[in-house]
Amino acid sequence: MTAEEVHAILLEEFGSESIVDLKLDAIDPWIEVRVQDIVEVGTFLRDDERLHFDHLNDLCGVDYLEPDAKKAKKFEHEPHVEVVYHLSSVDLNHRLVVKVKVPRWHDGVEGQLPEVPSVSDVWKIADWHERECFDLVGVHFTGHPNLVRILCPEDWEGHALRKDYEFPLEYHGIRGK
Amino acid sequence: MSTLLEDQRIVEFDVRTDEMLVNMGPQHPSTHGVLRLLLRTDGEIIHECTPHIGYLHRSAEKIGENLSPPQWIPYTDRMDYLAGMNMNLGMSLALEKLVGMEVPEKAMHLRVLIAELGRIASHLVGMGAYGLDLGTFSPFLYAFREREIILDLFEEACGARLTYSYLTIGGATHDLPTEIEIPPGLAALTGRPMDTRLQWLDAVEMFLAWLEPRIHEYHTLLTRNAIFIKRTAGIGAMSRETAVSYGCTGPVLRGSGADFDLRRDGESIYTRMYEGYDFEIPVAPFKAAPREAVLGDNWCRFFVRMMEVVQSIRLVRQATEKYLAASGTHRVPYKMSNKLPKDEAYLETECPRGQMGFYFVGTGNSEPFRARAKSSCFCNLAPTAELCEGILLADIPSIVGSLDVVMGEIDR
Repeated sequence: MTAEEVHAILLEEFGSESIVDLKLDAIDPWIEVRVQDIVEVGTFLRDDERLHFDHLNDLCGVDYLEPDAKKAKKFEHEPHVEVVYHLSSVDLNHRLVVKVKVPRWHDGVEGQLPEVPSVSDVWKIADWHERECFDLVGVHFTGHPNLVRILCPEDWEGHALRKDYEFPLEYHGIRGK
Repeated sequence: MSTLLEDQRIVEFDVRTDEMLVNMGPQHPSTHGVLRLLLRTDGEIIHECTPHIGYLHRSAEKIGENLSPPQWIPYTDRMDYLAGMNMNLGMSLALEKLVGMEVPEKAMHLRVLIAELGRIASHLVGMGAYGLDLGTFSPFLYAFREREIILDLFEEACGARLTYSYLTIGGATHDLPTEIEIPPGLAALTGRPMDTRLQWLDAVEMFLAWLEPRIHEYHTLLTRNAIFIKRTAGIGAMSRETAVSYGCTGPVLRGSGADFDLRRDGESIYTRMYEGYDFEIPVAPFKAAPREAVLGDNWCRFFVRMMEVVQSIRLVRQATEKYLAASGTHRVPYKMSNKLPKDEAYLETECPRGQMGFYFVGTGNSEPFRARAKSSCFCNLAPTAELCEGILLADIPSIVGSLDVVMGEIDR
């Protein structure tokens, strides 16, 4: 099933307020979902017989920001963070890309992580993927059962895949540069 | 989580006086690298198991954002260092998908040949090390003897024995070698003189002809060994639904009964490499299974790998023929300064351990804006906590070993 057909089914079910955008001219066409509806949309995508997206291949975050002021003029994206869900169906063998977009900081306060509802109840693997996304990209997944860092140590500061991440100069007596 | 030390359930006046925390790893020999399992045990029974990962985290994704894709290829074979060729291939294909690159026919067959040899080498370690986890040493030595020859052949092809960076964007760095001196291991095994010179492809065929009849010996050593069956069959059973929900892929998914292999079911940029090849996809349940085995247990996962080796041998043979008949070159050039399109592409390929995914976001620079490596072992390890609940302490190596994880790939 193509992204266009999935989009039509989702529009019928949730309406254009929840299903914000559809980009068909991308290599992997994607559907953008309003952030607060991602759990309902995810559950529907998994359970609907026509769609049956039971496999969450990947969940990752992308920080759209160009920290270099010179390059920022050419940069086409408004600063924001995206969480990208790559879904597929083992039985029906089709794929889909779903995105949610959130501001880089919650309420515009620097250091306050943006919030995305957790889909760990929909796909079990999302538990670990969301921990990694929280760890490296700095997205707070609300409703997650155990949102702690997974790859970096617990006392690590900052989120390494943020584009404005500053490399630490020192960690427990180990020099950084 | 309740395996944290401040867990209030673990106090001296608790009724369950035997309950204690056992820390397994990160240097435990049977945890396959630096995996740390924190166990809450009651005597020999595991009540709770919490995996801790990240000891090998090397920020590969952050590094990838600052390098041109060809420069990032050496980082990919350091993720799953037992299947470097397959990792290189996965990353190259993902980037080729992003830039819309076509690979010549000859390069495609070369890639199949190399990737399937890599799969054999990787599954040999998977099998041998699994025996080691369960206390039998001999299969490990046999597996490494065989793998050694594949590594020698790879060394002839690209100069490296573990971190190849051979398959690259647009094809492979070099064409396959022609005349070589016989690998010492192969000479010893086949009784040929050490100074024999032969074609590289003939050496591959000689090795396969030697390996194929020996597979039944591994089955005698492990698959049908009564002790091995006792340690694996009926333990760590994972249903198909659980496996899919946990995002398990590769032999773990097929061991749970899902007939899914990206070489057949993947995206066309990957499956067209395998077009015209005749191979089967082993899926549990098996007729050869012992009575004690249940769908999705350790034994099934192990047996899927063993059967895949047989299929890979078939694929290598077909690839040899097709490579010799193919036209074109082994590579189309890709410049490091090439600008990536303002688009994004995600591609998964069937690595020996499961579906390895690479995701690139381009913004018009030669470096990707985001380089993401989705690890298959990361997902395969995730169900450990659920699988290890209520089992015996001694069964943990059996379960974790059957998932065949490589920590370098999990932590990236």
